[in-house]
Amino acid sequence: MSAGTLYDKVWELHRVADLPGGSTQLFIGLHLIHEVTSPQAFAALRDLGLGVRHPERTVATVDHIVPTTSQARPFADSLAEAMLQSLERNCAEHGITLHGLGSGRQGIVHVIAPELGLTQPGMTVACGDSHTSTHGAFGAIAFGIGTSQVRDVLASQSLSMNKLKVRRIWVDGQLQGGVYAKDLILHIIRTLGVKGGVGFAYEFAGPAIEALSMEERMTLCNMAIEGGARCGYVNPDATTFAYLQGRPCAPAGEAWQRAVAWWSGLASGPEASFDDEVRFDATAIAPTVTWGITPGQGIGVDEAVPTPEQLDADERPIAAEAYRYMDLQPGIPIAGVPIDVCFIGSCTNGRLSDLRAAAAVARGRHVAEGIRAFVVPGSEQVARAAEAEGLDQLFRAAGFEWREPGCSMCLAMNPDRLEGRQISASSSNRNFKGRQGSASGRTLLMSPAMVAAAAVSGHVADVRRLLAAPTSPVGTAPEVLSEPVLSAACQP
Amino acid sequence: MNVPSFPIGPVRSVEGTAVVLSGDDIDTDRIIPARFLKCVTFGGLGEQVFADDRLERGGAHPFDLPEHQGARILLVNRNFGCGSSREHAPQALMRWGIRALLGESFAEIFFGNCLALGIPCLQAPHGRIKALQSFVEANPSTAFRLEVDAARLHSGDGQAWPLDLAPGPRQMLLSGQWDATGQLVSHDRELLDTAARLPYLNAFSTD
Repeated sequence: MSAGTLYDKVWELHRVADLPGGSTQLFIGLHLIHEVTSPQAFAALRDLGLGVRHPERTVATVDHIVPTTSQARPFADSLAEAMLQSLERNCAEHGITLHGLGSGRQGIVHVIAPELGLTQPGMTVACGDSHTSTHGAFGAIAFGIGTSQVRDVLASQSLSMNKLKVRRIWVDGQLQGGVYAKDLILHIIRTLGVKGGVGFAYEFAGPAIEALSMEERMTLCNMAIEGGARCGYVNPDATTFAYLQGRPCAPAGEAWQRAVAWWSGLASGPEASFDDEVRFDATAIAPTVTWGITPGQGIGVDEAVPTPEQLDADERPIAAEAYRYMDLQPGIPIAGVPIDVCFIGSCTNGRLSDLRAAAAVARGRHVAEGIRAFVVPGSEQVARAAEAEGLDQLFRAAGFEWREPGCSMCLAMNPDRLEGRQISASSSNRNFKGRQGSASGRTLLMSPAMVAAAAVSGHVADVRRLLAAPTSPVGTAPEVLSEPVLSAACQP
Repeated sequence: MNVPSFPIGPVRSVEGTAVVLSGDDIDTDRIIPARFLKCVTFGGLGEQVFADDRLERGGAHPFDLPEHQGARILLVNRNFGCGSSREHAPQALMRWGIRALLGESFAEIFFGNCLALGIPCLQAPHGRIKALQSFVEANPSTAFRLEVDAARLHSGDGQAWPLDLAPGPRQMLLSGQWDATGQLVSHDRELLDTAARLPYLNAFSTD
């Protein structure tokens, strides 16, 4: 059993009561809601005659269903409009802050909570969305929940939970040029499997993790759930504190110093013990691309689609299904596979540094003929920051569409979707059958830079070659800029 | 569809025929594709369960076969319900008529979502699940009785299969406290005590 880890410390601190049957009533420090998984929870609350116990600890935004072309109301899609109206009514009725369209703070829930400074070390964070694991990047214990649990958090600011085991994923070395946090997590999932993390929280640690920016840590923790781990986290450090300082909802003044002191003590210490430990070498990881229908079916861009003989016996049935569905034959190199659609965005890779990495590849190049490529910023703040740097112009000049913020084609609940058998290069998190809006559509997951490389090449391409090659007009080196820091106050 | 009433109170047993859905890593996007999440109630989800898989298989999907209409027990393999946290997935299964799942393993969030609806998910090792799946495919009309307390599946002809269910979920199902809301709201005092010791709710003051 783990002891002395950040997970253990935060869990104990938030323990409200022991429930019959052995589960724990866990206090939820930050509850995030959106339009898809909350309407039924509010309805259930009404049926029970209950109110929202601590509306000041719940924050809402709209992301899944919003169009990314025109966001004028009412939406053309009446169902989408009804969902947003339902969220607006519920938030107004219960006094919950809603960061709506045009507020300057709207965006994908897992992008806006960190950028507002709402997500902080040592918190428990829950949201009716499996990618809530993203917030673990700050040293929070963050996990996705279902709608009945959304109801419970609204009613009681707590949940009935069972403690997870803790696996430390130690990563030595450093990621090489053209290799990003997305490649690291795809490599980890490829190695440990999509069910390897069931029953575990993943602690990501080691020199390669310490060197990651906060946005990269968010990408990493975001996809812990794709490896089966309901939450993943990174111990808070100077990088965490530097990111948070000055954010609208971060502590300020004298409280800041006290906060840093407390946060610093939360990290898993040298005496911490783990239920399991796995080690990786970041230096050996190549840009990674999925070829199949689960996020665990990934390979290096210089590898070939595995043959059944190269796979464990119990992986072969789903591989067989993947060969058929993807129409990719065993043994063919993944580089060179033709692409139809390129999508840059999502809660995994829709932040400013992701757009910069893609822009560094797109600069001086153009989207290949016949390819539809579009960039969907993760939030209004990301969009404005990117526009201030001219990234929107750069992308447009290179033949990409520049869109308004939302979840978009990650799950295609808005008009952005694949058609028929189209195949996408996507910076999102899931390559499940039908995920991107067409029942026969196909998805190859990769980093935003790799998506940009696919867009300009017309097929899966090794971004390292493009980053090394000269382009017109001059220069391809990605700009190294600091992450944006805001100074406005927290307000409804 | 002829669907029995939804679980309420203690869940001690589930009775009915079974349906087999073979394969690992069946995700919640497949159970209920995202376009059906555009709703503000769970009402219509039962008819949309596995919509794309069923379309692809043109009537040959287990959920469309006449012999499985009315099935109450779903037999699956490993990591069933992975992916999105959407409760729409167990809601769709429940509204189609499923009242219990037996499998090799379940994704964490899906398991919790089922429990919150009073739908038990029990586990068994690979070999036993495969044998059970083969048995059901050969004898689709066999009626079973799943006993939650004993964690055991019985067939009408006297066969029995032992299953695994952790003590916590088992207790919650048997006591009817799988619906946790009542318990959680009854601990308001303890909740405030917890809030009072959380630094981030108290300006990070040490006292």
